[in-house]
Amino acid sequence: MSETSGTTDDQGTEPASSASDASAPAAGGQTRHMWRIVTIWLVLAIIADVLFYTLVGPHVPPGTMTSSASDNQFDFNILLMVALPVLVAVWVYLAYCIITWRASRAGVPEPVGGPAARTNLGVQVGWIVTTTVLVLGLFIFGTVRLITGAGSGGGEGPNPIWTPTSAHILPVQVIGQQWKFTYRYPTFGGFETSQLVLPVDTTIEFHVTSLDVIHSFWAYQLSVKADANPGQDNVAFTTTRQTGNFTVRCSELCGIWHGAMFNYGRVESKSSFEDWATSTQQLTAKNTALLPPYALTYTPDANNADGGYYPDNVDPYSNAEVYGATPGKPTPPA
Amino acid sequence: MTLAAERETEVVYPDPTPPVLGGFQGLPSRPGWFSQHLGTAVALAAGGYLLGHWIGNWMTSGYPNVALAGVNAVPVTAGLIAGVIGWLLGIGALNYPLAKIVGMEPRPEYESTSWTKYLRYSADHKVVGLQYVVGVLGFLFTGGLLAMAIRTELLSPTSHIFGPGTYISIVSEHGTVMMMMATSVIVGPLGNWLVPLMIGARRTAFPRVEAFSFWCFTAGYLVILSALFYGGFPTGWTGYAPLQTQAGVGMMSYLVGFAVIGMGMMTAGLNLAVTIINYRAPGMTWSRIPIFVWSILATCALLTLATPTLIAAGLFGILDHTAQTAFYVTEHGGSSFLWQNLFWFFGHPEVYIMALPGFGIVAELLPVFTRKPLFAYKVAAAGMVGVALLSFFVWQHHLFQSGINPDMRPLFMLTTELISIPTGFIFLVGMGTLYKAKIRFEVPMLFCLAVFFNFLIGGVTGVFLSDVPVNVTVHGSFFVLAHFHYTIMGGLIFAFFGGLYYWLPKMTGKTLNKKLGKIHFWLMFIFFNLTFFPMFLIGLLGQPRRVFEYAHNLQGLNDFASISSFVLGASFLVFVANFVWSIFIKPTPSPANPWDSLGLEWQTPTPVPYYNFERIPVVLSDPYHYGEYDAPAVADLGEGGLVTAGASSPASEAEDPRPPAQ
Amino acid sequence: MSFGGRLTAVLGLLVVVIGFAVWGVISFLLPQPSTVVFTASSPGAPIDMTVQTVPAIGFGFQPVWVSYLVQNQQGQWIHSTVWQLPAHTRINVTLDQYDSGSPLRNQNWGRVQGTIGGHALYNGKPFSYYDSNTGNNGVGHTFTVPALNLSVPLIGVNGNATNTCGAAPCTTNFAHNTMKFSFVTPGAGSYNWQCFVPCGGGYLYGNGGPMSTLGYMGGFLDVVA
Repeated sequence: MSETSGTTDDQGTEPASSASDASAPAAGGQTRHMWRIVTIWLVLAIIADVLFYTLVGPHVPPGTMTSSASDNQFDFNILLMVALPVLVAVWVYLAYCIITWRASRAGVPEPVGGPAARTNLGVQVGWIVTTTVLVLGLFIFGTVRLITGAGSGGGEGPNPIWTPTSAHILPVQVIGQQWKFTYRYPTFGGFETSQLVLPVDTTIEFHVTSLDVIHSFWAYQLSVKADANPGQDNVAFTTTRQTGNFTVRCSELCGIWHGAMFNYGRVESKSSFEDWATSTQQLTAKNTALLPPYALTYTPDANNADGGYYPDNVDPYSNAEVYGATPGKPTPPA
Repeated sequence: MTLAAERETEVVYPDPTPPVLGGFQGLPSRPGWFSQHLGTAVALAAGGYLLGHWIGNWMTSGYPNVALAGVNAVPVTAGLIAGVIGWLLGIGALNYPLAKIVGMEPRPEYESTSWTKYLRYSADHKVVGLQYVVGVLGFLFTGGLLAMAIRTELLSPTSHIFGPGTYISIVSEHGTVMMMMATSVIVGPLGNWLVPLMIGARRTAFPRVEAFSFWCFTAGYLVILSALFYGGFPTGWTGYAPLQTQAGVGMMSYLVGFAVIGMGMMTAGLNLAVTIINYRAPGMTWSRIPIFVWSILATCALLTLATPTLIAAGLFGILDHTAQTAFYVTEHGGSSFLWQNLFWFFGHPEVYIMALPGFGIVAELLPVFTRKPLFAYKVAAAGMVGVALLSFFVWQHHLFQSGINPDMRPLFMLTTELISIPTGFIFLVGMGTLYKAKIRFEVPMLFCLAVFFNFLIGGVTGVFLSDVPVNVTVHGSFFVLAHFHYTIMGGLIFAFFGGLYYWLPKMTGKTLNKKLGKIHFWLMFIFFNLTFFPMFLIGLLGQPRRVFEYAHNLQGLNDFASISSFVLGASFLVFVANFVWSIFIKPTPSPANPWDSLGLEWQTPTPVPYYNFERIPVVLSDPYHYGEYDAPAVADLGEGGLVTAGASSPASEAEDPRPPAQ
Repeated sequence: MSFGGRLTAVLGLLVVVIGFAVWGVISFLLPQPSTVVFTASSPGAPIDMTVQTVPAIGFGFQPVWVSYLVQNQQGQWIHSTVWQLPAHTRINVTLDQYDSGSPLRNQNWGRVQGTIGGHALYNGKPFSYYDSNTGNNGVGHTFTVPALNLSVPLIGVNGNATNTCGAAPCTTNFAHNTMKFSFVTPGAGSYNWQCFVPCGGGYLYGNGGPMSTLGYMGGFLDVVA
């Protein structure tokens, strides 16, 4: 108490010397506080990071079923291991201040104002530099992972620039419509099915599009997310690594049944996938012949598929009412 | 017992005779042959709605495609627009421009002392501020009730209380009402009330524009509420096209409502920005204005510059819905990407409109309750300006998986990560101010500390979302939801309540009950975290946003969040009870400066006279010189005395032999 | 105003506000189609259900909207799409389709999927897929339960016929097609079902209006144990 309030008589210089008095013993005091905070922080941050890495890290969603899933799990873990010390630092600091310097605690000295309390160039510059380095480091990390992960399972639009290098890629088209996803397999004759079955140890190229409003194809355990936009092709890549079941949910609000727009899929061995694909291709062959040819986007003809919202003069019962057909030009019967 | 009672440094006020003032003082006009108030506003709004509806029907009757379309949105749109115009005419917000157009002289001003002035159009910034308090609380509780409905529905993944269409409408309405409120929640009540007083002015630059912004705010509330009566709208507050174009007439409430609220936002922002730039008292240089005023200035820049994009986007949507244009419909030459980009170009500055005033309040309150000057004031101000500037460059992080050009994504990842640097400055400032302080845990201070805790979690999870690979897992899921509730509710709304508890004694002259305030704080803080922290896990485990069904294994977490949210909702009732009891039913008068603050707004008598200051003060330094014995005086109030700094707590005062007053 | 006066005024305002909110919730948010309950006559016995799809419901808020109706076990036609069924039970559905049709936007929904036997009966003749493009009357609606992979196209009647039904409930003297199919309900749960033909005329992509409203073109199968 005595070090900070001016007890002696000189009005003009006392505050200055009391300020320096405050800093002289408080230099030891100041160092003591900051050392304490830093020590507590270091211990807690290391414990938090180690506990997280060993206990939680391997189980972080979305798992390891595909290359993008393990990549994204790893990225999440790295980010959390950087975030935990930041969180702990602020929490330890705030708790220390609240406990040590609360007004109701006996012996808390009066705060000293003045220029020393208003700015501290070292602290300010140190903070700005540290946060900038952290942030730029995270940016570089994220960009590298995005590029080396062939887009990390995210939708890259119709012209992807980060593509996988494997020789054999299985294209699968995801068609979003209100309110179900259907899937077309162009390398198996373009049949359309409500089931999503994929072979293991294969690079999959998803082409996501929509027939009506914006949906979003989110295959949770595959860690693939790509918006389905009408009239657009959105490409996402992943490489399957383990067999198992996965869930597909729509993750862009698309109307009343958005919450019910989900289905289950599975990754199975290459041979059983081949069996499934060829048998489905045969079973649905007659209907596949009626579907429009496989294309990256589909434009359902204006009169039928836009619900009659826009006026046009196309005969509603003409043969032009097939998706992908050119309006006015009849489609030959199957 | 307040510190002010113990201090010898009392600012003595002479007899308050109003100074002789020239020009428009921001008072209402003396009423003419009929009096205009809330009742006439409602009447003319209803009449306007009916007239507009009839005009809409008449306009479209010759067009079979529109009249027979599944939804003829023209009568509803015309009705809502005409209703808003009727509302503004009815309250008298357009009297002055109409009088000028016709060539009539405006009526003389008069000072109204009756409580009914709060139900009328008034251009006095203090009246508008208090009107905004009630308006903002109305929005908040409406949105809160809708949130309770959402969490009730999500108690079970299979049994449903609401139909799926109604549930989606409730979700959309909750989001839209809350976002409309949150844009003005601090700028409206506290910005309008405090800024002229903090900068030593008598009024804002455009008092009628300020009042107009409030009445647009209330009109917008009525318009968005009407959605529930039209069957709701299914798009969420983000309004994505082309689902927006497919929706029924309820969508028009959203589009018109946002346009109207947007008008209020732009006008409020313009007014306060000009006030801060031009109306500062002599001596109040940029390095002496309170940090809260810096935050309002940065916010107003965003309000004025970002909102026009939303209004333009909304206009395209209205045209698509009424005139069958195809701005947002891909198959007919438009693009479904257009709405997304226009909306988020507004939407991202919008969320910084919500974050910055919260930072301003926290930075303003900390010195008062730590009795220390604000640490790194210039960094705080630079941070706010930096956030405002950078916020225009990050919007595509909402669209990472939408199929945008892939090499845009590292660019926007960079800008989004960079914006976290100035956002973090508030932590530097707060932590530096708390160091070796003497912390008084009054209710406003508790809310400020809670802002640090909550915004830390919200901000750090934002960094997760900005990382494009991790974004693949968490975009569109409950993780995003928890992130923005932590930043907006945990940051802004907590700061708002801190500001209310702090400034309401000055704004109303009545003291709020401290015990109830502490109960409100602890219930709200604990149950806010218990409600929203599990949502990070729910999102990571795969539940998308806005769904009425979810995986069975997530029911435990959802139920935990729902029950916590009910208690969180109940905590607001504690605040309402405190507010209504302490201010209306059994008021206790408050001293003029209960928190012992050096701010200029506290150096006025309570209630604050309409002219604010008897003499415009001459500002001599910033108001943060706590703990300095030879600090310069903050301001020279003329015959009102000097606002001095000096020792600011009674204990040291006893030992400091220097006379405390000048 | 006195203390008592102020207290009364505040309480009165509170009552008005709460009353308004309660009225709003009860009148506008809570109402839903009533649940039509189907119970088996004896445990394990199949249930017969008769359903119809009509071109215009003819009553209520939206009389021109297409809709489903179901006949309850007392023989009355109920305008509801929320049907309660017992678990693990065979349901035999007879569906009278009174609406005209059109070529399918997505011909994938022309296949019969998930029924017992993999086919359905169209006016007595079995079929496993329907080509809606070959100049016939097209498909009017589908009955699809996404979670069960059940989907049956409902063939349209000729839109130019003279005896099309104008208002529900329709009787079989009007032009109609009869579809019959059977499926087995799974374990307890709530499974939504919907039509996959964008038949909401006048709404963009045809999926607004009746397609987006519970009680018209979509509903729930509440399967109870």
